Amino acid sequence: MLILTCPNCGETKDESELHAHGEAHITRAGPEATDEEMETYLFERVNPKGVHFERWHCSYGCGKWFHAARCTNTLEVFGTYSAQTTEPPKEIIDILDKKRPGWSWRKFGGTAQ
Amino acid sequence: MSTRLSQGGRLIDRSAQQGFSFNGKRLKGYAGDTLASALLANDQMLMGRSFKYHRPRGVIASGAEEPNALMNLGAEGKFEPNARATTTPLFDGLEAASQNHFPSLEFDVGALNTHLSRFLPAGFYYKMFIHPRPFWKHIYEPFIRQSAGLGKAPKARDVDTYEHFYAFCDVLIIGGGIAGLQAAKVAADAGLEVMLVEQDPHWGGRAPVDGTGIDGKPAQDWIDTTVAALGDMPNVTLRARCMGAGVYDHGYVLCYERLTDHAPKAAGPRHRLWRVRAKQVVTATGAIERPLSFAGNDIPGVMLAGAVRDYVVNYGVSIGDRTVVVTNNDDAYRTAIALKEAGLEVPAIIDARTGGAGALGDQAKALGIRVETGKAIAKVKGGKRVTGVGICAQAGEGSILEEIACDCVTMSGGWSPVVHLWSHCGGKLIWDDALAMFRPDGDRAPTSHDGNPFVITAGAANGALSDVLADATAQAAEVVSRCGGKTDAAAPTEANTAENAIEPIWLMPQGAAHKLRSKSWLDFQNDVKVSDVQLAAQEGFESVEHAKRYTTLGMATDQGKTSNINGLAILSKELGVDIPQVGTTTFRPPYTPISMGAIAGEARHEIFQPLRKTPMHDWHDANGAHWEPVGHWRRPYCFLRGDETPEKAVHREVLNTREKLGLLDASTLGKIIVKGPDAGKFLDMMYTNMMSNLKPGRCRYGLMCSENGFLSDDGVVARISDDTWLCHTTSGGADRIHAHMEEWLQTEWWDWKVYTANVTEQYAQVAVVGPNARKVLEKLGGMDVSADALSFMGWADGTIGGFDVRVYRISFSGELSYEIAVPANQGRAFWDALLEAGEEFGVMPYGTEALHIMRAEKGFIMIGDETDGTVIPQDLNLHWAISKKKDDFLGKRAQMRSHMADPNRWKLVGLETTDGSVLPDGAYAVGEGTNANGQRNMIGRVTSTYHSPTLGKGIAMGLVHHGPDRMGEVLDFPRVDGTVVKAKIVDPVFYDKEGAKQNV
Ligand SMILES: [Zn+2]
Repeated sequence: MLILTCPNCGETKDESELHAHGEAHITRAGPEATDEEMETYLFERVNPKGVHFERWHCSYGCGKWFHAARCTNTLEVFGTYSAQTTEPPKEIIDILDKKRPGWSWRKFGGTAQ
Repeated sequence: MSTRLSQGGRLIDRSAQQGFSFNGKRLKGYAGDTLASALLANDQMLMGRSFKYHRPRGVIASGAEEPNALMNLGAEGKFEPNARATTTPLFDGLEAASQNHFPSLEFDVGALNTHLSRFLPAGFYYKMFIHPRPFWKHIYEPFIRQSAGLGKAPKARDVDTYEHFYAFCDVLIIGGGIAGLQAAKVAADAGLEVMLVEQDPHWGGRAPVDGTGIDGKPAQDWIDTTVAALGDMPNVTLRARCMGAGVYDHGYVLCYERLTDHAPKAAGPRHRLWRVRAKQVVTATGAIERPLSFAGNDIPGVMLAGAVRDYVVNYGVSIGDRTVVVTNNDDAYRTAIALKEAGLEVPAIIDARTGGAGALGDQAKALGIRVETGKAIAKVKGGKRVTGVGICAQAGEGSILEEIACDCVTMSGGWSPVVHLWSHCGGKLIWDDALAMFRPDGDRAPTSHDGNPFVITAGAANGALSDVLADATAQAAEVVSRCGGKTDAAAPTEANTAENAIEPIWLMPQGAAHKLRSKSWLDFQNDVKVSDVQLAAQEGFESVEHAKRYTTLGMATDQGKTSNINGLAILSKELGVDIPQVGTTTFRPPYTPISMGAIAGEARHEIFQPLRKTPMHDWHDANGAHWEPVGHWRRPYCFLRGDETPEKAVHREVLNTREKLGLLDASTLGKIIVKGPDAGKFLDMMYTNMMSNLKPGRCRYGLMCSENGFLSDDGVVARISDDTWLCHTTSGGADRIHAHMEEWLQTEWWDWKVYTANVTEQYAQVAVVGPNARKVLEKLGGMDVSADALSFMGWADGTIGGFDVRVYRISFSGELSYEIAVPANQGRAFWDALLEAGEEFGVMPYGTEALHIMRAEKGFIMIGDETDGTVIPQDLNLHWAISKKKDDFLGKRAQMRSHMADPNRWKLVGLETTDGSVLPDGAYAVGEGTNANGQRNMIGRVTSTYHSPTLGKGIAMGLVHHGPDRMGEVLDFPRVDGTVVKAKIVDPVFYDKEGAKQNV
């Protein structure tokens, strides 16, 4: 039962007050997409042991969406941030570079690489 | 025989006698007894039968680790199966019964299995029940069903109440033995918020039984002082009878408090589930003694050494007059000494170590106890009770050197730290060769949100079997520092007797032949023997997780608390590798089973889930509503009049609506306002059809799909003004669709200026339906509802009968219909006004079933009937509602994927039985040939099916392979009973295909 802080309302909440919605930073494939692009968009998800970026919904709180960067192995939370971005913000990247040098996740990765 | 001694028993109150019953027999015990100690005091050694062979089973332990003594407790609403007698507090009037026996505990037919045991080896079920297939139905399945499960499931509703508590603290300490008490004291003195829980009713754990001295006094004095001191501190919460059940992510811990199990007549909840968030968790959960593996170690009267000591010291109960002690460590000598001091005979201590014990050995010898070193038990004699043991050399193969008569054998294979709670959230273990145990690896602790460890373990649970207080003090100091505090607390002086090292003995004697190994039990509840684990290893089950499932070792209700390490050691020996290489099985919460009631807490009956009620709910309730659940709402299925059946009522409601006037409470319909400069653009993405070009004052039916292309919701959208739309959703879908809209607005198109509001409960909505609909509205008066002023699929604001209304001219029944919204607080008054004014026009309210039938007669689809998450709009011939002009909408691209565009997808048709009967719901149409499993090929299925009162026959809709191209064809729909219904493929619109009736 994780604890996360919603960056929209600032409340630190128990997982039961939130709702997890899987992987973050997925680019929507539009009507012009190829079958392969569509398949990637709809179905292909990573399942890392380690650094992961997820979508969360403050469902029993402010009703707003946010993203969380955390470790699926140690359950460490590196930070939460606005869902209104296409890539993890610099503060999160900096934390990861420090705590998990050489980290990588999909097209994102540590500057140390 | 086992009996109550005339003296002793530190936990019982001999002045408070308690009557109880076991298998109908009236017995007596004392307050403070457990059910197990009270049964033993009454010479009731036999307490159950094992799972597989139905072997007679006596109690072997005195705590939560007990595998054998499982009982059915109570009756009817207080019935509970699988209760451990060792943790069941005795109370006056307790009723207990043994389990897993037929016809009686003393004489059990299933015990024949034990003579067949060589035909029931490890993996028997897997090997035996595979072939031949036809045996399954009549032979294997009935046999397995008869033998499956230990207790019986309760039949009556639980009459007790339960509750949840939430708590937050700096440090949660699990275990109130001397380690837990000391850790609590150190943390509390440092000013931290401390919660200390102990599963037993009393504090101090084993220390008073083991004779530990603290600060020069008996342990009990220090315990009493410390508990009193903690009780006085405002920053400390103490809970006895409260077990730490599970440790979860980020310091979340479940504790299970048994409030009235010892006093069932007391008021208040029976169990309380504590949902605790702790910054740090200390597991001071002690250790569990391991049995030794020798032939006949499962015969009633063979028990753990610590348990025999507990029964004598705590309850004044002796298991037998003559007890043989068998051990590989010094601690069991304490039992021999305690028995001797209680005036009982100890014919011999059989110590497998050639070197024997240290100071405790000298003490035993001084009391005149014979000590045999380097010896083992070759076999235990006896059936339902121990009668003696045969002694042999541990180094040999089991030739009996001597037989010793006795009525109790007490064994100790060493102690295993209780590492369960440490392990629940990922704490790792290391194998300690010197102590022959797995203990927590402090360097690999469970970590919290900040990446730092949040669990620490203290005392025996940390492998500190002696110098417990020193370890607890050190661990507590670490916890204080993790919480940002400071402490210079010193450990009290603990008087410990120096002990000789344990010698790991996993099989007794070392070279035991198969005959002995097949009588040496590892798992007493599931009947797993040394020979079974060896067989599993020989057959290639090298992983401990596989061997566990193959043999069922540790899979019973005790989860292998006494058997896991012994089984692991046998497996590692057989595989020729060290124990740590084999590894342990996974520890999962809860530590011991917790009640279903505690998990549910207060969430039962009317507060299980909040009920949503429309403004007209009370009227419905008072006027014959036959309720059905729709999402969190209750809606009338129909309104019963007199002694009408629901079928009759539905029939009446449909015909009356079609012929005269019907009223439907449509308030549950979802209503979402979408507003803003980009609202039209947004709705064009949400719906498959175009909404941006809808004119203010007009309505349009729309479809919503997921990005996968599947149909997700439908409803009528009204354009209220230039920048405002009102979207109707299905009754169950309002919250889901509102969330769906918000998700896209917040996470994909966050730069679009659109605002949404779910106003479902702000309005009451009434559908006024039927040929007389306009008449009743005109009678009430206030606004022009004529066809010219308000045409079909139009809407208008105005007043009717003095009410502020918004009128939508939409129809889900095929009749002339007005759906009228009023502010929720005027809903009931408006409903009453319509009923009164409608009387002369034959008004009748109708329910959801009439609504469903009328929409089916018109061929309208229903989300959840015609759709099931795998259906796209094209399957339902709804191409007309899918815009060709729009570049994009949710689901558009997915609907172009090859499988979605496949002409072989099943498509919507109407179905009409040839004999007028009603097709079974969900029935499949069968085609030519069979599939790979020998089943008939399926070519379609029924999605909605009703008796149509209007048409006087069965009508249905269904999805059929190439359906629309097969009009007039007759399909076979097999019923469950094997008969077949024939139905013709027809147009799904059964009633008023031209739509003349709704557009007047
Ligand atoms: Zn929030």
